[in-house]
Amino acid sequence: MKKIIYILFILPVLVLSQESISGIILEANEKNERLALVGANVYWLNTDIGTVTDVDGRFALSYSKQYTKLVISYVGFKTDTITITKQKTIEHWLQPTDNLDEITVTTRKLATRKSYLQAQNVLTVSSDELLKAACCNLSESFETNPSIDVNFADAVTGTRQIKMLGLTSPYILITTENIPSIRGASQAFGLSFIPGTWVESIQITKGAGSVVNGFESIAGQINTELVKPATDDKLFVNAYAGINGRYELNTHINQNISNKWSTGLYVHGNLRDQKFDRNNDSFLDVPLKQQINLMNRLQYTNGEKGIVSFINLRYLNDNTQAGQLDFDPSRDRGTTIFWGSEIDTERFEVATKLGYVNPDIPWRSLGVQTAFSSHKQESYFGLNTYDITHNSLYANAIYNSIISDSRHKIKTGVSYTYDHYDEFVNSNDFVRTETSVGGFFEYSHDNLELFNLTAGIRIDYHNLLGTFITPRVHVRYSPWLKSAFRASFGRGKRSANIFAENQKLFATSRNIIINDVGGNIYGLDPEIAWNYGVSYLQGFNLFGKKADITLDYYKTDFKNQVVVDYENPQEVSFYNLEGKSYANSFQVEFNYNPFGGIDLRAAYKYYEVKTDYRSGRLTRPLTPKHRFFANVGYKTKLTEQGSQWKFDATFNWLGEQRFSSTATNPMQYQLPDQTPTVSTLNTQLTKVFSAKFEIYIGGENITNVRQPNPILGTDDPFGSNFDTTFVYGPIFGSMYYAGLRYRIE
Amino acid sequence: MLIGSITFAQSKNTKATTEVDGVCEMCKARIEKACLNTKGVKYAKWDVKTHQLSLIFDERKTNLKTVEENILAAGHDVKETKATDEAYAKVHHCCKYRDEDVKNDHTEE
Repeated sequence: MKKIIYILFILPVLVLSQESISGIILEANEKNERLALVGANVYWLNTDIGTVTDVDGRFALSYSKQYTKLVISYVGFKTDTITITKQKTIEHWLQPTDNLDEITVTTRKLATRKSYLQAQNVLTVSSDELLKAACCNLSESFETNPSIDVNFADAVTGTRQIKMLGLTSPYILITTENIPSIRGASQAFGLSFIPGTWVESIQITKGAGSVVNGFESIAGQINTELVKPATDDKLFVNAYAGINGRYELNTHINQNISNKWSTGLYVHGNLRDQKFDRNNDSFLDVPLKQQINLMNRLQYTNGEKGIVSFINLRYLNDNTQAGQLDFDPSRDRGTTIFWGSEIDTERFEVATKLGYVNPDIPWRSLGVQTAFSSHKQESYFGLNTYDITHNSLYANAIYNSIISDSRHKIKTGVSYTYDHYDEFVNSNDFVRTETSVGGFFEYSHDNLELFNLTAGIRIDYHNLLGTFITPRVHVRYSPWLKSAFRASFGRGKRSANIFAENQKLFATSRNIIINDVGGNIYGLDPEIAWNYGVSYLQGFNLFGKKADITLDYYKTDFKNQVVVDYENPQEVSFYNLEGKSYANSFQVEFNYNPFGGIDLRAAYKYYEVKTDYRSGRLTRPLTPKHRFFANVGYKTKLTEQGSQWKFDATFNWLGEQRFSSTATNPMQYQLPDQTPTVSTLNTQLTKVFSAKFEIYIGGENITNVRQPNPILGTDDPFGSNFDTTFVYGPIFGSMYYAGLRYRIE
Repeated sequence: MLIGSITFAQSKNTKATTEVDGVCEMCKARIEKACLNTKGVKYAKWDVKTHQLSLIFDERKTNLKTVEENILAAGHDVKETKATDEAYAKVHHCCKYRDEDVKNDHTEE
């Protein structure tokens, strides 16, 4: 009897185990030839039941309903897991392993990401974050980012200036795809020459940064990755209109020419031709502007050989007109009837990039970049004339490899730069040529869990700065989960482009004085600074949801600086630092997702930026000691049709800022010591209809905050007290805009 | 002689791929570290999503089996071979890749 029961129990098992599944495994190839894979492993997931394919690539394997995942693997090929729901004959093509690291697109990513793993303090700003402000160009892309401060440079040209760690953009190395781009002649307006839609992502590195891209960076590095023909939308159109009379149109057309070549044409145009003088000071609140900006990219990708190459061509033409409402350039230029200004810029750029990754040895790679740019600006500000031509050549070669294993990486290479400046300031010519040749070596160690370190050094020979060494070191330590302690130090050295970087001085009646002789750069010495920083990032769960907090402290200590002294209201003088100049910054930032779709970000910053002027140690003008920042973003769930609502609001509060001294001015042209505090609120609403089409509306400064008298001496613009540099807040007041985006992927 | 030397010429940069079970970035670090701590392994990359481990090692110094043994010792299953319970017990509780709940926790990332 017992035996019969046993048989009854065993019988079904035997019956089932007799079921089997068979098939053939083939090698995927371009010609779709049927190449059998011999000896491939075929097995049921999480079981011991498996086999290998025979000489014809065939296999047979026992089957049962409980087995649903069949794994097929073979050395040199991607492992596939296929779902089997019923007994059938299987034919499967296995893909050879691609050795180039593939870009993995994650489905749900944060707009701004902080790394727990890198040694450097890097923030990656994705295109999602960039869409939070209808940013028309790069200078407006940082509005939702507390690490970067954006303010107006002056009250007439509408130029926005960015600051990091309390220092202005000349102290930040700004690169486009790792090629230094916003420098020299383009320092003042260059950020407005990169349209926002061209930007794929931005990497912001606080502190010294890497030695690979040169010796100039002091406060940090900002790298912009542009959209790429192979991955950008086939067609993309963005149209924008603002009530301040600004219209923008962006068009991207990308095409794959073959399976290796693709090309993209990016066209940007903007126009602002309406005159506004809301504060009735007889001056335009926003300048008139027209810009045409073209880029053509050619991309070559050969995965088998491990080659990626880009060729970029760019052309820009920008015309800005600012000044008094009734100023007519053709009639009033060079006269004292009305004050006006025109800035005409033409820029041409060619850049090439070649990257080679050894397909057999993925850690060995070589990159070569070259870039040539020619930048020509002709401008006048009232009776001041300023013209600059800057031709620049940049070449950099980087070799990557490892020492013993991939935890020890090295980067080494050489770079060459050539810059020729030809400037015409009122009636004086200033000409200089700078060349440098340098070599760099960077070692990075990653123990894969708790600790990593990047230490770099470069040595450069520069015709005006001499021969010098630039060391930069970053470390990260994560003693517990979701934590990262970071520390860095590094040195930076640069020549100050006193006129190009301080063009706002031309929109004043100040006399320009260079107070030093004997230095190599227009009589002045190179700027040298050390930057030290520590930061702590901690991720945690708050009420079961993800949150993180970051504390940063950075210190920049100038050994020499070209001091720009506005303390005498009749002049602006440049001289070498005697004494101390430093910028200390502290920042605390908190990010939180309280529930699905909502992102909160809040930050507080404290700055202490002081310089020993000839009149004593003072806080640098127009640098707030305290800043508070808050951003809230909300997204509804993406529906099946791909529609979604997105809402975003950013609040900014700036504490009091010091005005440079106006004590020697007549009473009516004197300003208080400090500015009032300023707070602004920006919002944006986007309706995504589908993956193809979306519209957005937004408001900047919706509480309509305005600086009452942004220009000093408007009653007599050609008199000795005219000054447009005392700007601390919005001039135009509230501004609303609307736009649309259309894409075909 | 010549034939012999060709046959026995072992590659300094031998490639191999295998499948290792795991769920997260912490697993990734543990798996890659176990590989790289094997003398002769130059490169190890494990993909969280596909569970694919790509290796490059010096064949004169090590072989795939040794590397796999080290991964098993670190507590991660290699293909159909299970790590011992002792080794698996050492894996951090949030990386218990055999646990369905832990797997589900990581699916959205």
